[in-house]
Amino acid sequence: MVRLSASKAPFLEMRGIGKSFPGVRALHGVSFDVIAGEVHALVGENGAGKSTLMKILAGAQPADEGQIVIAGQPVTIDGPRAAERLGIGMIYQEFNLVPDLNVVDNISLGQEPMRGLFLDRAAAIALATAALARLGVRLPFNVPARRLSVAQQQMIEIAKALSRKARVIVMDEPTAALTEREVDHLFETIASLRKAGVAIVYISHRLEELPRIADRVTVLRDGEVIETRAIADMPQDEMIRLMVGRRLEAHFPELPPIAPDAPVVLSVRDLRNPPLVNGVSFDVRAGEIVGIAGLVGAGRTEIVRAIAGADIPQGGSVHVNGKRIVVRGPRDAIRAGIALITEDRKSQGLILGETICENTTLPHLEHFVDRFDFLDVKKEYAVTNKFIADLSIRTPGPDQLVRNLSGGNQQKVVLAKWLVEAAKILIFDEPTRGIDVGSKAEIYGLMVALARAGVAIVMVSSELPEVLGMAHRILVIREGHIAKEFARADATPAAIIAVATGVAA
Amino acid sequence: MSLSALAAGRRTYYIRVAAALIGLAVLVGVVDYFSNHAFLSPGNIINVLRQITFNAILAIGQTFVIITAGIDLSVGSLVSLCGVVMALFANAVGLSGVALIAATTLVGILVGGLAGLINAVPVITLRLPPFITTLAMMLMARGLAYNLSDGRPIALNSDAFNTTGIGFLFPGIFGLPGIPVAVIWMAVVALVLGVLLRRTRFGRYVYAIGGNEEAARLAGVSVARIKTLVYVISGACAGVASLLLMARFASGSPQTGYGFELQAIAAVVVGGTSLMGGRGTVAGTFFGALLIGVLNNVMNLLHIQSYTQETVLGGVILIAVILDELRKRYLTR
Repeated sequence: MVRLSASKAPFLEMRGIGKSFPGVRALHGVSFDVIAGEVHALVGENGAGKSTLMKILAGAQPADEGQIVIAGQPVTIDGPRAAERLGIGMIYQEFNLVPDLNVVDNISLGQEPMRGLFLDRAAAIALATAALARLGVRLPFNVPARRLSVAQQQMIEIAKALSRKARVIVMDEPTAALTEREVDHLFETIASLRKAGVAIVYISHRLEELPRIADRVTVLRDGEVIETRAIADMPQDEMIRLMVGRRLEAHFPELPPIAPDAPVVLSVRDLRNPPLVNGVSFDVRAGEIVGIAGLVGAGRTEIVRAIAGADIPQGGSVHVNGKRIVVRGPRDAIRAGIALITEDRKSQGLILGETICENTTLPHLEHFVDRFDFLDVKKEYAVTNKFIADLSIRTPGPDQLVRNLSGGNQQKVVLAKWLVEAAKILIFDEPTRGIDVGSKAEIYGLMVALARAGVAIVMVSSELPEVLGMAHRILVIREGHIAKEFARADATPAAIIAVATGVAA
Repeated sequence: MSLSALAAGRRTYYIRVAAALIGLAVLVGVVDYFSNHAFLSPGNIINVLRQITFNAILAIGQTFVIITAGIDLSVGSLVSLCGVVMALFANAVGLSGVALIAATTLVGILVGGLAGLINAVPVITLRLPPFITTLAMMLMARGLAYNLSDGRPIALNSDAFNTTGIGFLFPGIFGLPGIPVAVIWMAVVALVLGVLLRRTRFGRYVYAIGGNEEAARLAGVSVARIKTLVYVISGACAGVASLLLMARFASGSPQTGYGFELQAIAAVVVGGTSLMGGRGTVAGTFFGALLIGVLNNVMNLLHIQSYTQETVLGGVILIAVILDELRKRYLTR
């Protein structure tokens, strides 16, 4: 590994970057730099601020405060084009290729060489050839991108960045979808880029691969830089400790004990829906809250979607109160008493342009109609008003459009939807994402009340304190299966991260 | 919560209707003055209502489809296909009087509804865009209408349809020649489908799918069934409109209905239904059709050249939609 001399000036510097979203401070005084010919790893838990920081660098989002300096010159990045001109190349986890265009066209997209009014095909091929030669890869030119492997598509992305004269390349989880051999090849490519003086920002959850590839590492936590250090001086366990931190315990309500004779309400057996659900089995008892932890992309959401019929699993079985249920769609799961509160309430949980009342009664409209299927609006209002009071949804009335509610109140409307007909099994996917602290506490309170009433609860969460504070048991998911189960007493943030990132079995 | 937020919901509906009515009233006064009071004559009002029946019925069916964020381009051709099939049927079947009308209407609704079903199947099973499936149906239905009729209008043998086509109910009422029977048909269709959309579970699901199809699916709504039904309703409406047209001209013609689908879509959009889905009413669509009908009528009364009329109509549609979009933005801010 090449050691960097301390005197070398950074090629890119981000100084005191701050960014807030409504109700959340995503970044606070973050300073980060990368030297030409260096691989600088950026690590942190889900939601630590890595993505936001990189989006600011890529011009996808403006920073609220702070300064970006490139080669000693302060710069303004007011859009993706500006970032590109400044030599910043982004390779997101989800590639930005046009699937139906071939390799050459993808590389030259937006910078097409022209001869007069016409595309200069020969020059475009030359451009692509030169970029790919720098990477030492050969790709078929006339094949649409979608027919190439993930690793090959990634090479197109890197070639795209190089052809745009990128001097800093940001890679977001580049190894997440690669096989071991492909990872080796990627690392060789990164090494040669580094030798050529390209600076690389390397974001990864796979902590064990960092010593192989990175020179320095910066740990982000809760939107702040905790530490930047040479990778050689940063043992893995310390990295995890810094990522997790000594957090202030959030105020979680006391979990009710599970009755010793509480029956198993939900059993999942060998559930399969590749690629992200690979043989999952677990039970949930009445009154129990089971937390599901794991990295983004580990398959947590896919597992609960398969249980709730949002996706149709290819194999395995789901049992409710000991009876196997056949799920061909959400409706079957709802009938069996399973309710899924999705991670994205705006796109999946709510109809934003409709009222609280219309949203609340939607899953159970059959109970709000007479025998001619005419709606009993009075009953709808009565039930909605009851939930507005019970869940203390802050609104002028049941006719309020859901779009106009705050995130916390929207989440309560989603919850109300599934309480109208007292679901036996509630599955929360990121129950408190994007909502303020006060509403969080209220949601936790409601979950505890439901558990006390005998509802079986499954809670997927990216927030470790939430999983630790709000679950009787914790299942850690990795690559679509349960990597380890923790009883509440044995679970520590470090242990969970270690399992989730594959450091520990 | 802001005042603008309070104004949203049910109140926007009333505001919309009220605004449309006030605009209409002002327009009516001005036009009546310039047309030497021909415009507000009872005969002319009846005339306008009768002229909009076909478009209003097609547009009301289309409203259901557009609320689910779909589109039905086939209804103009379906008017001609249903007309031809109904004329052939009426001439062949040994019925007379009301029984003949009832049976023929049923045939028209069945043909239109079946076409709607065919429109819907690729949309729900393969997620093909309805623009394409209904475009294909538009061509197929038109061709079939020409095939079945050898390209010529099919004259009705029975005069049982005369009442439906050109008859009046309550002659002498308010000093009028009476209410055209076709207008009664339109009123019944508007009432039935308006209630269906506004007051039943089915209607609520239609809005839910248009508002957020994935959320509706996850809430257990049978998206496939509801979407199929909206295309069937639109097709069936084409059958009813076709019956009135056939009765009016005492023949079923393969040459009718050209461009009707676009007129219907215009009425729906002018009536405040969003092409993005989730929003719209039967009443709004009716007023949209009325506005377009009145505009045509006014331009005739004012002796505006027919070429100019099309330009004006297009401009009015554009302005109506722009105003609606601005209003929506203002209210959601």
